[in-house]
Amino acid sequence: MTTVINVPPSLDDVTFEQVLEQIAQVPVDEKLLVDARHARWASPFGLTALLTLAQSRPERAAFAPPEAEDTLSYWTRAGFFKYANDLFEIVGTTPRQRPAGESDVLLEITPITKSDDVHEIVGRIQQKAQHILTRELNLDAKATMGFAMTLSEACQNIVEHAGRGGWVAVQTYKWTKRLGRRVVVIAVSDAGVGFRQSLESAPARVRSDRWDDAMALEEAVVRGVSRFRDPGRGQGLAGVRRYVGRWDGKLSVRSGTARIAIVPSWDDDVALKEGLPLFPGAQMQITIPERTVAAGR
Amino acid sequence: MINHIDLSTVLRRTVCDLYSNLVTRPTGAAVRTAIETQLAELGGRTVTVIDFSNVRLLDFSCADEVVAKLLLPYCADLPPRDAYFVFRGMSETHLDALEYVLARHQLALVLQQDDGIPVIVGAVSDVERKAWETVVELGSATCDEFADRTGAAVEDAETMLTELTRRRLMMKVDDQWIAVGAPL
Repeated sequence: MTTVINVPPSLDDVTFEQVLEQIAQVPVDEKLLVDARHARWASPFGLTALLTLAQSRPERAAFAPPEAEDTLSYWTRAGFFKYANDLFEIVGTTPRQRPAGESDVLLEITPITKSDDVHEIVGRIQQKAQHILTRELNLDAKATMGFAMTLSEACQNIVEHAGRGGWVAVQTYKWTKRLGRRVVVIAVSDAGVGFRQSLESAPARVRSDRWDDAMALEEAVVRGVSRFRDPGRGQGLAGVRRYVGRWDGKLSVRSGTARIAIVPSWDDDVALKEGLPLFPGAQMQITIPERTVAAGR
Repeated sequence: MINHIDLSTVLRRTVCDLYSNLVTRPTGAAVRTAIETQLAELGGRTVTVIDFSNVRLLDFSCADEVVAKLLLPYCADLPPRDAYFVFRGMSETHLDALEYVLARHQLALVLQQDDGIPVIVGAVSDVERKAWETVVELGSATCDEFADRTGAAVEDAETMLTELTRRRLMMKVDDQWIAVGAPL
């Protein structure tokens, strides 16, 4: 039996929960048809999370691509089908992959499995990021290097902790609904062990009565705790937080059944959500908004 | 002996000749190991100038591996050898990563700025910074000269200079204390 999972018309970190709520009702070994025919837009989070979803199913899920030509074209330019073709059984045909060229895709979907991938990603992003961050988002040149550092640390989280490969994508777009400004968004997603299991593997870890995905996220994201004893560990995520804070950005991390967010004043998200449908690994999203003259930062 | 290490050359030689960014922990560990190997070959008292000029990007993880883990053993009670370090060629973004890492480990280092003037970066108190700057001004100083200049008791002056030496910010040659990185 195949269960149809409907992809919402606009797929981002919030609406992806609708996908997971549907999947939560389905036995893990049941075949899925992920129906994206009516999808019109997807954030980098949505696209990388769909690939992660495919990786997390024991039986290869089927996938119905968007019907709208411009959507299909964008998902193709973003590199989605380059990997989806292997991970899903695609229903119908998809356009051939073309180079991204000049577009708002800063970094098309890229797999991360080893440290060398991080070097490659950081090298590729630098020039393009400089142009977009300074010209389109009005951030100063300092923000560009910090952006590459943030991207590097976010990707390393997969290499160091996930136990299996993941995905990264970077895109700019105008976030009309929530912000009315342009943003640049980094999405990093993996189907690995997740924060709770990673921290549980720490030697001599003392378990408390309350120990769950939410607490693991608080420890790692807020307190900089790592599974390694080395006191130098845990600095990567702390560095990401610092960068996000400096540029009035937003950081959210979902792992297992919880999601934590460092919420800026322009957003009304909640800091911690618990009891979400289970999704393996970790999904991080970093959003840096365009600087306005009034904000002065 | 003064030893010069260009980090981008070490990076290309030890990790990959296409890289110009110091990112990821394995990269940082490989670069630090190469520096330590070079130091072990030199022996004796050394001042090593570590040059970041051709490094584009330094992330937090790599700063921790290359700089913090390099300095930590030398700031312990029994350092592996009599080595001191001066850093140069650091941009504002390098420093951004580095200062955070140094604070986390309670470390400090001497940075030679583009104009050649040395400064201390990292976790130092105002009193320690002032003491170090006083020795830079003096060129070199005996404990008595330092005490005389700062108005501190001789025992307190010696404690301060010894602590700065343990932290690799000062070195003692015979009865003279010399600030690491100060023009000689």
